[in-house]
Amino acid sequence: MNISGQDFIYGCSAIGAGLAMIAGIGPGVGQGIAAGQGAAAVGRNPGARSDITSTMLLGQAVAETTGLYGLVVAIILMFVKPFG
Amino acid sequence: MGMMKIPMVQAEPDFMIHGVLKYHAFGQELWISDTTVGAWIITAALLIIGFIVSRKLKNVDESDTPGMFQCALEMGMEALENMAQGILGANSKRFLNYIGTIFLFILFCNLSGLLGLRAPTADFGVTFLLGMFTFFIVNYQGIKNRGVGHFTSLFQPVPVLFPINLIGEIANPISISLRLFANLLSGVIIMGLWYGMMPWFAKIGIPAALHVYCDLFSGAIQTYVFCMLTMVYINDKME
Repeated sequence: MNISGQDFIYGCSAIGAGLAMIAGIGPGVGQGIAAGQGAAAVGRNPGARSDITSTMLLGQAVAETTGLYGLVVAIILMFVKPFG
Repeated sequence: MGMMKIPMVQAEPDFMIHGVLKYHAFGQELWISDTTVGAWIITAALLIIGFIVSRKLKNVDESDTPGMFQCALEMGMEALENMAQGILGANSKRFLNYIGTIFLFILFCNLSGLLGLRAPTADFGVTFLLGMFTFFIVNYQGIKNRGVGHFTSLFQPVPVLFPINLIGEIANPISISLRLFANLLSGVIIMGLWYGMMPWFAKIGIPAALHVYCDLFSGAIQTYVFCMLTMVYINDKME
């Protein structure tokens, strides 16, 4: 099987895209912690449920950003072909 | 050693931006893409809705009990006012127009995936422009309220931190626009892959659940976050 230089670059791009998605670990852990703390807060003060939920969702959406940067890098690696 | 055959799915999933019309301007080859067309459709829809709603509310008799339609609109307006009031406080009235406008525009853009359009916010050109609006409003307010202090605050608390402060200021519009763009793009890609590569029986029922998450939930949350962060950045420069 002959592998040309271009094939090699495509293969390396795919591996790089996979590695970039390791960034998904961080937001997963962070959002999990936020959700757990939110559940604990609702348990302590059920009256403030709506406030807690909106604050938690806002924080989670902001914490998601780093994972999304990894996603953007992975998408660029997969779909932006450097040689045609 | 025999050749190894890898079975590949032949269908080509389609989630890229397509050009609709090519034109030349300033010596460049430019395209009217389906992002542009989608944004036009949404702008037209918002204009028509706004026109009809304002006409309808003008004809309301004040002694009547408000109908279902008016109640729903007032509840939405009140929710928006409370959201702005919670962050901007006394200044919320001045920014309510702008926040409401971008809220409606981004919300309609995010939800347009349900109607078969390619969501215009899944194009970095659109979200970066929205981020730049935020950037210019924030800096205009900073210069207006603090004068020279707006620039000297970059050297606080010690001058060595100037590069980090500068990067922090410039990263704000890029981070909010990338957040909106990447969320919507991931939704568009997931839906495109599902519709393009799944066998026919997987396209019954299951896409509805995906649409609820990718378009409805994610779209609404990101709209809220974009408006919220815009107001937080503005509020930082108000004192």
